[in-house]
Amino acid sequence: MKSLEELEKIREQAKDLINLRKDNENKTRIVVGMGTCGISAGARQVLLAILDEIKKRNLNDVIVTETGCIGLCKFEPLIDVIKPGQPKVTYVNLDAEKARQIVAKHIVNNQIIEDWVIPNI
Amino acid sequence: MKELSLHILDIVENSINAGATRVKISIKEESKRNLMTITIADNGKGMDEDTLKKVVDPFFTTRTTRRVGLGIPLFAQAAKMAGGDLKITSKIGMGTKVEATFIKNHIDLQPLGNMADTLVTLCALYPHVEFIYEHSVDDKIFIFDTGEVKKRLKDVPINHPLVLEFIKDYVDSNLKSILEV
Ligand code: FES
Repeated sequence: MKSLEELEKIREQAKDLINLRKDNENKTRIVVGMGTCGISAGARQVLLAILDEIKKRNLNDVIVTETGCIGLCKFEPLIDVIKPGQPKVTYVNLDAEKARQIVAKHIVNNQIIEDWVIPNI
Repeated sequence: MKELSLHILDIVENSINAGATRVKISIKEESKRNLMTITIADNGKGMDEDTLKKVVDPFFTTRTTRRVGLGIPLFAQAAKMAGGDLKITSKIGMGTKVEATFIKNHIDLQPLGNMADTLVTLCALYPHVEFIYEHSVDDKIFIFDTGEVKKRLKDVPINHPLVLEFIKDYVDSNLKSILEV
């Protein structure tokens, strides 16, 4: 069974990474829809998949936040990706696997996955 | 919602939207009484009696264009289907408490689902809110308190990827040990 003592070790590892983080002012934002419909459609798994990719790929310049209901229930789960200096891109009807691909293609390689995007909202 | 842990996430989202900075989630499982009680108590801005009556009504919304406020009726329905009920108490300026009861071995009781995932989600999105999670099964108890985690982390944020990974394993392994028969 895990104990909170282990946090000491994690704190040491995390501190090194944080120093790297500070240099970077221009961060990409990922906004996950966490309204009731979003949650019931699977937003929690989408968020956890995104967090997992960020950890695996050691991405230091990505911030994940949430928004409540934006009245687009039938498109949930959805996320906005906002890269510095670029227009917001909204991806709809996601699942954990699609979310991982968005991190790989859009966040890391700058390729928008047009098929999953809803335009102009 | 397919799992109670998703209802819990949704109700806590309400708390945070109501300005809560501290949310206590407690789950109490009692074999003798064949009862499970889930309580979510916050220090948010609270509601007056009128609003309180309306939030349990599925056709109520605080805004006209969006179906917000659907979470409570859904949670109430889950409780009633499992032979239980849902109560809310709230006072302006004093916060809100949602308490749902369930018959523990009822055939229509939804699975609890993944509480570690719900807690990781909350810590990732709301690093500034204090969460206390208290889960008891008869006389065994597990308490997770983000205040304690933060004290140990010092300047490292609780939503750091490595910390979130730890929280997931920590909650999973400790819950498993109290849920074991
Ligand atoms: S997400 Fe708000 S009504 Fe569907």
